[in-house]
Amino acid sequence: MLLVLIVSCQSDESIEFKRYYSAGSLVYQNHCQNCHGAKGEGLSALIPPLTDTIYIKDNLKSLACNIKYGLKGKIVVAGRSFEGTMPAANDLTPIEIAQAITYISNSFGNKQGTITADQVNDDLSKCSN
Amino acid sequence: MKKLTGLVLLVLLFGACKTNSKKTLPIYGERTAVTKTVNGQQVTDTDYQTIPAFKFLNQYGNSAGSKDLEGKIYVADFFFTSCPSICPIMQRNMLNVYNEFKNTPDFKIISFTIDPKHDTVPVLKNYADKLGISGNSWWLLLGDRDSVYNLAAKSYLVAVSEDSTVAGGYMHQGYFVLIDKQKRVRGSYDGTDMKQVNQLIDDIKTLQAEPAPAAQ
Repeated sequence: MLLVLIVSCQSDESIEFKRYYSAGSLVYQNHCQNCHGAKGEGLSALIPPLTDTIYIKDNLKSLACNIKYGLKGKIVVAGRSFEGTMPAANDLTPIEIAQAITYISNSFGNKQGTITADQVNDDLSKCSN
Repeated sequence: MKKLTGLVLLVLLFGACKTNSKKTLPIYGERTAVTKTVNGQQVTDTDYQTIPAFKFLNQYGNSAGSKDLEGKIYVADFFFTSCPSICPIMQRNMLNVYNEFKNTPDFKIISFTIDPKHDTVPVLKNYADKLGISGNSWWLLLGDRDSVYNLAAKSYLVAVSEDSTVAGGYMHQGYFVLIDKQKRVRGSYDGTDMKQVNQLIDDIKTLQAEPAPAAQ
């Protein structure tokens, strides 16, 4: 019985993850891919890649704010510095942002698990940008 | 029998490839029939629309224009450095074209900025450096607004306009326009679509193999 519970719990979690991830892949295609690329490769020294797993891990909680309100100024990703402007995606809802972050932070070499809409709402309440 | 069919198919495929590589590209734009007198005889010929003369600045601050493009095959597009929408994917795809042909002497890429107020020569140079392009096979050109917009609409057949309602403030189509050595438009490709850009690379090779026109 316990085993059944554990198994069903796990699959619930994995269903939630898959739902976020596959919806996130569409959000990514429509809002992020033009600049960051289909493989998260970025563009030369103009647009940072999303393949720096340490950067994604360390900045996981700021991603929601950066997506919603944009990002300006110098950042260092994958040992290279980038300076420019990422436009704000103000039209995205918290659930869409959560889906996009789940997709990004579990693609391109990243593995951070599900980022839920609740977490995103929490992160968004602390934005400084 | 199956093997034989496969072999026949393969041969057919190769055959198809061969005829494909010998295809000629269409010539776009308006054309007019002109009657000339050559060696005392009346000859009717077709005049094709060509790209008119222009003279702008490139990312090095040097004068650059149609004179430098004479006898060259080139690809033109329209962009601006602060473009948040389709430019990055266009430049990513154009980099493939650049890397394929950057060492070909009679080939160039010309990217016209449609935001001359912001995209000054140092801004263009900085952008070129960050994009990772050097040398003279890819020029970023700065010209006065009206000349560039006119060239885009009337000669390269690409729509561009200032539009405060779109992200970045400018609306433009993401076409890569292929120009032959006689300044004629020979193809137009969606620069945001990698498949079409691969077709462009093939078509450039087709153009390179085209015999030079008889001297007139």
